[in-house]
Amino acid sequence: MLAVDVKKQLGAFSLGVRFQAAQGATALFGTSGAGKTSVVNMIAGLLAPDRGVITLDHMVLFDAGSNIDLPPHRRRVGYVFQEGRLFPHLSVRQNLDYGRRMSGHKRDADEFDRIAALLDIGHLLDRRPGKLSGGERQRVAVGRALLMRPRLLLLDEPLASLDDGHKREILPYLVRLRDEAKIPIVYVSHTPAEVRRIATTMVRLDDGRVTAIGGLELLNEAKADNLD
Amino acid sequence: MFDLSAAEWTAVALSLRIAVVATSCALPLGIAIGWLLARKKFWGKTLVNGLVFLPLVLPPVVTGYLLLIWFGRRGPIGEVLYDYFGIVLSFRWTGAALSCGVMGFPLMVRPIRLALEAIDRRLEDAASTLGANPVLVFFTVTLPLAMPGIVAGVLLCFARALGEFGATITFVSNIPGETQTISALIYTMTQVPGGDAAAGRLVLVAIALSLIALIAAEWVARRAATRFHGD
Repeated sequence: MLAVDVKKQLGAFSLGVRFQAAQGATALFGTSGAGKTSVVNMIAGLLAPDRGVITLDHMVLFDAGSNIDLPPHRRRVGYVFQEGRLFPHLSVRQNLDYGRRMSGHKRDADEFDRIAALLDIGHLLDRRPGKLSGGERQRVAVGRALLMRPRLLLLDEPLASLDDGHKREILPYLVRLRDEAKIPIVYVSHTPAEVRRIATTMVRLDDGRVTAIGGLELLNEAKADNLD
Repeated sequence: MFDLSAAEWTAVALSLRIAVVATSCALPLGIAIGWLLARKKFWGKTLVNGLVFLPLVLPPVVTGYLLLIWFGRRGPIGEVLYDYFGIVLSFRWTGAALSCGVMGFPLMVRPIRLALEAIDRRLEDAASTLGANPVLVFFTVTLPLAMPGIVAGVLLCFARALGEFGATITFVSNIPGETQTISALIYTMTQVPGGDAAAGRLVLVAIALSLIALIAAEWVARRAATRFHGD
């Protein structure tokens, strides 16, 4: 269970967000500029809130009151970025293995093969990221985040940089991931169709504020349909 | 290939040794300074930047003279080095390595700094979310991505060290077998009657060494480029 209650002033933009995410996929839904990426960056530890608390299961990731701010490398929060951010100097295999190596876990071939099969990237292992298509790159990025054995997975518009064909290609993998992973997933998107496929819960963000929390029925409201 | 005399071989070997030692000692410091200049804001940054690049714009003889004053046996730094560590730099090949390192240093720092500035910092963020602490991020992401700049810096510093003349001859003089490098020996040969042939041979050696260094650097840079963009 992830619990977020944070405030942050970013220039003239003020962000104040409070929500929880349990197992399954929670969509952070809103127009661009609503503060979605800032929120996931705060959960990952890449951006420090001014005030508030972030907890994951029973662990405090951030607490302004008691001066706790766990650095990103100690949070075990998997993060799939919009642009993938694969390491260009490493092969796909080395990219996938990076999280395990950095945290000093033992090699687990079964886990590696399972996730490579789940995302269908087994045939790409010896390539460099520069030679992958957009869809392949994002699947590898998801695999890389999963193989660090995260306690929470953040997906920040993982399909935004892909054309429609590649979006359709990768969506089923994400649905499978949601059903098989036993950790909460926070899925950032501004596209109703994506949210409809993947999310089980929705947090709607408007101009730095949470305006609604609920199920997918929120998508049917007039305001949401105007998006995109 | 080259029919060199014993004295000429000595000068070639000495030049290579001095250039290798100067470049290897300068490298860790060059990466550290390049990183500081690229990534950190600190008081006196402009001054540090100026000091690093000063040898590039000063007349080499001035740099050599300053080294002589500071690092000579009676100099403020030279005295400490001698009294506490027994190290003598003036008129020794180690002093030549120091002056070559100082002269090559700005040429090394600049490409390293530019390469570090060009790195996509978001890759470092990604590495940290994957569990890498800041030291690991530096060695597994930052340094490999800066490698083309580091290679360029090493080459430029090495080439400068191999050919350095003005600062070196001022600081450590021109002693055969100790501080007489290829450049110093060429200079000597042009001053003695009948030295033209020897000077000519050494000029060819200098050209050959520089070409080899250039080709090696080109090869390493191309390999780095294919590693990044191909498979």
